[in-house]
Amino acid sequence: MAAVATCGTGAGSTGSIAAAASKNNVTSFQRKGPRASGTDSGCSRLVSIAGTRPSVRNGQLLVSTGLPALDQLLGGGLAVGTVLLIEEDKYNIYSSLVFKYFLAEGIINGHTLLVASAKEDPADILQELPAPLLDDNCKKDFDEDVCNDKTPDSNIKMKIAWRYQLLPKMESGPVSSSRFGHYYDASKRMPQELIEASKWHGFFFPEKLSSTLNIESCSLTHGYRKLLQFIQNVIYEEGFDGSSPQKKQKNILRIGIQSLGSPLWGDDICCTENCDNSHSLTKFLYVLRGLLRTSLSACIITMPTHLIQNKAVIARVTNLSDTVVGLESFIGSERETNPLYKDYHGLIHIRQIPRLNNLIYDVSDVKDLAFKLKRKLFTIERLHLPPDLSDTVSRSSKQDLAESSKLLGPGCGMMAGGKKHLDF
Amino acid sequence: MFPELNNLLNTTPDRAEQGKLTLLCDAKTDGSFLVHHFLSFYLKANCKVCFVALIQSFSHYNIVGQKLGVSLTAARECGQLVFLEGLKSSVDVFFRAQAAPHPLQFLREADAGNLQPLYEFVREALKPVGDGQAAWRCPVLLVDDLSVLLSLGLGAVAVLDFVHYCRVAVCWERKGNIVALVHDSGDAEDEENDILLNGLSHQSHLILRAEGLATGFCRDVHGQLRVLWRTPSQPAAQRDRSLTYQYKIQDKSVSFFAKGMSPAVL
Repeated sequence: MAAVATCGTGAGSTGSIAAAASKNNVTSFQRKGPRASGTDSGCSRLVSIAGTRPSVRNGQLLVSTGLPALDQLLGGGLAVGTVLLIEEDKYNIYSSLVFKYFLAEGIINGHTLLVASAKEDPADILQELPAPLLDDNCKKDFDEDVCNDKTPDSNIKMKIAWRYQLLPKMESGPVSSSRFGHYYDASKRMPQELIEASKWHGFFFPEKLSSTLNIESCSLTHGYRKLLQFIQNVIYEEGFDGSSPQKKQKNILRIGIQSLGSPLWGDDICCTENCDNSHSLTKFLYVLRGLLRTSLSACIITMPTHLIQNKAVIARVTNLSDTVVGLESFIGSERETNPLYKDYHGLIHIRQIPRLNNLIYDVSDVKDLAFKLKRKLFTIERLHLPPDLSDTVSRSSKQDLAESSKLLGPGCGMMAGGKKHLDF
Repeated sequence: MFPELNNLLNTTPDRAEQGKLTLLCDAKTDGSFLVHHFLSFYLKANCKVCFVALIQSFSHYNIVGQKLGVSLTAARECGQLVFLEGLKSSVDVFFRAQAAPHPLQFLREADAGNLQPLYEFVREALKPVGDGQAAWRCPVLLVDDLSVLLSLGLGAVAVLDFVHYCRVAVCWERKGNIVALVHDSGDAEDEENDILLNGLSHQSHLILRAEGLATGFCRDVHGQLRVLWRTPSQPAAQRDRSLTYQYKIQDKSVSFFAKGMSPAVL
């Protein structure tokens, strides 16, 4: 055990890969992997799993969320063993798209999927996954799209506005050399043979209503109990928690739960402010996180938080999740016609990023982020408010500008929340 | 432990106080660095620590502890550290009926339970060992965090009862310390959490409150720490001492400075 201590304090965070190379049995490279046997040193199980990569900061094993731009904002990807909570936008258009990107990324990488939903059959969800853009034929299609936009050529140094060259660039194109994140074409469907070649488990709640349980009644609602039992069965039987010796290569289980907390799951947390079993959802999240931490899996949950009446529950749910991203689309709101937002489809708020195995974490400097969905790409960019170039500066547009910039907010709450917006 | 925080609190591992309840509180930011500080502080002070870790896994605390200079695996093996890993145990409790009462037994109960099994676990963990073995300095109970117990179906009163029982057993009988983290929900109007926070603030000797900056996100100043020394048993005429510092969290330490005196600004 002394070897662990010296290796850890000497190597630090950046040396985790080097440490892995130097010591063949004991490393400071810690995966959020199976701890079921209790021995994490000893055998060097650094067999790389397809579709994962270690984080540069702390050696944490990461998987891609399916959106490379979102991976970049989350510090490289989603850590294995953690929960990504997506706060749904109002009509569940873009959040279901992010959900599908996550599942599509799992199919491309050969991960096992577990899809749980109370309103759509998981088989139908899988049929609607976007098709991947593979490197060879996407490059020329993508170049056409890029020429239409005014993305600056990075080889030309800026002469006048040279300060802007120092701004962080968001990733906006497929990086052909990386195998980590993939791009998807939202207008095409994933080829049938890829779906059939993948391994997936579906949990469709209306089908499971009648079957019996073997957990005695606790304060979880029926749907959540069944779902937890199902997830635990899959993890145990397929050996994601290291319980059965893996004869084949290790794999990641990607769990996707759609619209958790909605009334279709039997939970009334979205219907009333004082609900009877208000702890059902939070208890579910806690036990789910316990399952994830002890297995090689990553989970995405979409939740209609805009329907939850009780603000305290949203705060508790946020504390119980690892990564929380909120989507706010402009559809149906008065911002859809606002000329300030004409280039974008909505705002994306990174509400929380976990500090795993570390005191610090990667936080992006850019807090005002907006997304837009073009045919082939879901891009996330820094929100640029266009300059007010109207001849007569009308009072209403000035107020709109002030209102919207006030709502962009003093930064995300996980880092440091501000009480008021300072008007400069 | 962070040496600068030790200077602020005017303590060292050699002369740690005894019989104190320290409340860690965070509002709109993440106060877990304080938990890591106290964990490594008390392990270095040669105290026997019972750590009820409900939020993260053992390897998380272990890796951060290694950066701060303590090895949790070594401490656990020689008996200095008793670690209750909430996430892993919750899976065991929830899916399999346990023969003996488990500390997290309340997860299986339908209505609001109580924390008596957890109290028994703490009491058992911190009871003085018999003859011949290495004597540790004083027992310490560390809880990360208490707000999650409210999310798991317990009432604020049950959690306050648990803290009260632990105070009697640890602080008064055994002259040990308790350190607990509670989240402040701020304007989220979580009444149960407010009851818990107010009740604990009233009984604690030292309150460390990590807050976000009022002006929002800043790259160089991560937040503000308010330290409040209280003497619950003294008459109210004696004023409690309070200090406010701003901090920046780095990879292996946290640097503290007076308000407005961040090195990035000067």
